[in-house]
Formats: sequence, C-alpha cells, structure tokens
Amino acid sequence: MTGRGTVRRGVLSVAAAMAVLPLVPLLVWSISGQWRYPGLVPQQWSDRGLRLLTDPGSQVVQGLTTSAVIAVTVAVLACCIGLPAGRAIGVYRFRGRTLVRFLLLAPVIVPGLAVTLGIQVFFVRYGLSDTVTGVVLVHLLPTVPYAAVLLGAAFANLDLDYERQARMLGAGPIRTLLFVTVPLLRSALITAALFTFLISWSEYVLTLLIGGGQVRTLPLLLFAAIGSSDTTAAAALGLLVVGLPLLLVAVSARLLSTAAPTTIGLGRL
Amino acid sequence: MNDSTGATVELRRVSRRFGEVTAVETVDLSLRPGAMTALLGPSGCGKSTTLALIAGLQAPDSGDVHIDGAAMTTVPAERRPVAMVFQKPLLFPHLDVAGNVGFGLRMRRLPRREIRARVDAALAQMQLSGLAHRRVGQLSGGQEQRVALARALVLQPRVLLLDEPFSQLDAGLRAEMRGLVRQLQARTRITTLFVTHDQAEAVDVADDIVLMLDGRIAGHGPPPLFYSNPPSLDAARFFGVTNELPGRVSHGIWRSPDGALRVPCALPDGPAILTVRPEALHLAGPGDDPGEEDPPLTVTGTVASARFAGTHLAVRVQLSGDRTVTAHTPVGTPVPVGGKVRLSMAPDACTVFAAARA
Repeated sequence: MTGRGTVRRGVLSVAAAMAVLPLVPLLVWSISGQWRYPGLVPQQWSDRGLRLLTDPGSQVVQGLTTSAVIAVTVAVLACCIGLPAGRAIGVYRFRGRTLVRFLLLAPVIVPGLAVTLGIQVFFVRYGLSDTVTGVVLVHLLPTVPYAAVLLGAAFANLDLDYERQARMLGAGPIRTLLFVTVPLLRSALITAALFTFLISWSEYVLTLLIGGGQVRTLPLLLFAAIGSSDTTAAAALGLLVVGLPLLLVAVSARLLSTAAPTTIGLGRL
Repeated sequence: MNDSTGATVELRRVSRRFGEVTAVETVDLSLRPGAMTALLGPSGCGKSTTLALIAGLQAPDSGDVHIDGAAMTTVPAERRPVAMVFQKPLLFPHLDVAGNVGFGLRMRRLPRREIRARVDAALAQMQLSGLAHRRVGQLSGGQEQRVALARALVLQPRVLLLDEPFSQLDAGLRAEMRGLVRQLQARTRITTLFVTHDQAEAVDVADDIVLMLDGRIAGHGPPPLFYSNPPSLDAARFFGVTNELPGRVSHGIWRSPDGALRVPCALPDGPAILTVRPEALHLAGPGDDPGEEDPPLTVTGTVASARFAGTHLAVRVQLSGDRTVTAHTPVGTPVPVGGKVRLSMAPDACTVFAAARA
C-alpha cells in the first residue's frame, strides 16, 4: 500500500515539475534587465516587464482585453453550436451518423492553415477580415469539434427520461433545455467551455491570417516580442499567456470536483 | 382535490406502430372517472406505449386520445392535465427535494410563496417533511419514489399515470407504497392508470383491471371478473389458470372422456377447452359420494406429487392420456401420493372456451 502511494506521489511530482519548471526561467527573464552568458543569474534586474503588463496605455492591456473578449465569445458560441451537434451525434441514430461525426472532426484533422487560406478569400469579400468578428468566426473552426465531441459523449451518457419527466411536469422544450438538460450537462459544458477558451486564447496563425495584424491578441504581441528579440517583454507576455489559463483550470477543477461523477460525461469519448 | 368528479380518459381506435411492429392495435378504452385502473400485461404488450400515448410523449399513428372530452391530438405533453411517475424516480440531481417537488409549479410560474406552501403540504402528505432540503442523492429508494409521487401530485393533475412505479423496490416496500398510492387515490379521486406486469399487484391496487395482450385489450373489468369469468383463454392463463381440459362442445354441452358439463353461455359447436382454477378443484377419495343436485364434474387420476406451498398444498394429478392438473388443497389434507383420487369441480367454477383451430 505505502509502496503504491509513494509511486503515485512520485509520478505526480514529476508531472507537476514538468509543468512548472519551464516557467521558472521565464519568471527570471521577465524581471531581468540584462542577462548574458555565462551569468547564472541576470547581471541587471528591471521592472520593465512588469510595467509593460500593468501600464493601461500599453498594447498589452488592450491585447489582454481583445484576447479575453474573443476567447470568451468563442467559448460561448462553440458550446452553443456544440450542444445541438453533440445531441445529434450522441443521441440520435441516423443514416450517415459516422460521416457527420467525421465531418465535425475534420477541422481538427485538416491543417487549419490550409482551410483558412481557402476561406480567407470569402472573409475579405464579406468584409470580415481584419475584424474581431472575423477572428471569432475563424476561431470556431478548431473549437467546435472539441465542444461537439465532448458534449456528444455527455449526451450519450445522459438519461433522456429526465427530459420526458420535465415535459410531464409542464416544461416546454426551451425550459426543459434550460432547467434540466443544461444543469445535467454542467460538467461537460464547463469542460467544453474551458477547452475552447484555451484553444482560442492561444491561437496565433488563424488570428494573424484573418485579423491581418489589426486584431492584436496576446499571442500576436508575444510573437512580435520574440521576433524583436525583446526577451524581457516576451517572458512577461509569456507568463501572462500561460498564467490566466492556469488560473482558469484551477477554478474549474474546483467546480468540476463538486459535480456528480455520472455527469462528467467523458465516459464514451 | 377540489374536483368532485374525476376526469374521463378515452382512447378511440388508437394505433401505434414502430416500424414493422404494432405496439398498440386499434385500442378502444374508456377509464372509469375517479377510479384507479391497472393496465396489466406481460412486458412488450404495449402497456407502456399506451401510457405514453395518453401522456403525449408519443403520438398515435391513428385514432385519438380524449381527456375530459377534449381531443388531445394537438396538445403537447407539457400542456396536458396529466402527471406521470416513471419506473425510475428521475429526480433532478441538481435540485434538492423541495426543488424537485416544486419544479412543476415553477414551470407554471406560480408565486414563490404559493409554491412553498404547496410543496410543504405535499411533502407532509408523503411523510417527507424533514427532507425538504436534502440532496436527492442521499435518499433511499422508497423515499425517492415518494418524492417522485409528491412531485406529480402537487400539480393536482386530472389524470395520474404510473408506469410500474415500484418495480425497482423490494417486496415489502412495494406493498407499503401500493397502500400509500391506494389511499391517496381514494382521497383525491384522480383518475389513475397504474401500469404493471404483476397480476397480484393489479388485483391489490386497482378498482378496475385492463388486461393487455399483444397490443390489444384482452379484458376490462373489476378484478374478480378475471377470476370468476375470464374473458378469454389467454386472460385466464395470465391470471394463473393452469388446468386446461380439451374436449368438444355440441349443443351447449362440453364433453370429454372425463365427463360432460352444460356450458352456460352459447358456444359454437367444435373443439373447446374447459379451464378451472387450481383452488376450485376439490380432492375426494375414490369412494366418496358425489353431491346430489347440480352434480359437479369429476375426473379421476393418480397423484403424482404434493408440494407444500405455504398457504396450501399444490397437488399434481396425472389424468389419463398424459394430461396433468394441479389442485390446491388445505395444508393438512391427507394426500395419497401414487394413489388414485377423484377431483370434483363445481360447474360455476369452470369456464369453457372455444379452442383456437390449429
């Protein structure tokens, strides 16, 4: 027993170290002014990185807002699309179900770059390029499949008799969805929202192509900082890009742990 | 509760098919208002489908369901004056007990205070008062089903549908819950349809029994009818008739090698089967004097076995020609296993059915 406990603790420690250790140099970089070989610690310290993140006038604060708005919108929309799609692939048995499943997953398999280069023409034609709306739309491409598959698995494990019972208690279709189905799928919805938020939050290529450099999200600023060899700024931005999702994961892990295990819905992925 | 008369529920030539299979076949059914009717039948006979058709969870392929005289065809399930309790409790796990019971009232957008008052009353009625703020995962099986019942009854429906509501509980609890439902129904006089596959449960709970076999109504009447005068051979079999004696009817008299019996109702001439319940077969020694007037039908045979069955002895008697019958006799009756016995049956305990032609 204790032997197994030790192994378990060991594995967890290694996993935690692998997640956290790469962030340590990043942290040091972000507060260094000058750090040249062969110094083990920076020769000069600086708060420039921190000022960059907190100055209301800087691009970073705007980028943070843009990123947050886009990622939240994408998460909400992806879940709204994923809910009926997940119901279709999780519950209904229809002709061509496998094909629909595959088509839903296709954007994950086909390189997003190839697809985006194709649809960019249309985005330009309909005035969607260089706009936040356009970026949100293109972010749905890699996010909807995840939401649909996650919610599809949750629907497959959902007892639809709950919905029939709700109808017998006088709830119409919309209120059955709001008051019964959505609460029953709560865990899967939180997971799907988190996944899609993170995908959108860290998306670079699609944002660059459709946003045309006009829609500046955090990853764009980060890549710009890396491109100009400003390691202090890059490190500070990197911490920001990583830090917020970590916080979200921690919060949602709390939310999920209180939910009933039967509704987690990852059973039949 | 405020309605002095129960609702009428009528099915008029209702059919429902699933692909090739016809679950409900041109059913005409009218429930006695204010009474508890048991819809009885083996699994797969279409009884749950019938319930779903009345509830509006399924639409008939043809025919109409009428409640209080109004056609329900275009009325969706959530707008019908019907409440339903399913086999599973189906309590919403994200709500507590009071939240579950109040769900239907919330859907009707009643004021919060009224919901609270009615939920409290419903919980008290079900002896659940202390559990209002319990999470549903912490309830026992019996409590869960009582909450489900309270959730249905708090709506004061015109019609209550119960789909084998206690089949997942153990026997003692089931009997207790039946008693509770019986008592609540007698007080509220809500027209109630209770689906079950258990003949004893139907007899115990219902004012009327509707027997359903293969998607058709095979009999409808008060429980004693199915014992004293079963409407068909299948109905008789479903109600535990194990003794069938083949014979022929000619000119209103059933004859077989064992004897003859005047058939009370007009039966066409031809092969016919006489049925008699095991408890109506009386054991007599070979020398006993048969009664004088209205002579009972008697058959003789050899006792094959006698098995103690709690309240009675189940005696298997081998007749001539490889037929056996079972008789139930009081415990303590001397039964000569391997010996000859005479079995007598009163004519009014026998029912003769025309045999289906093979």
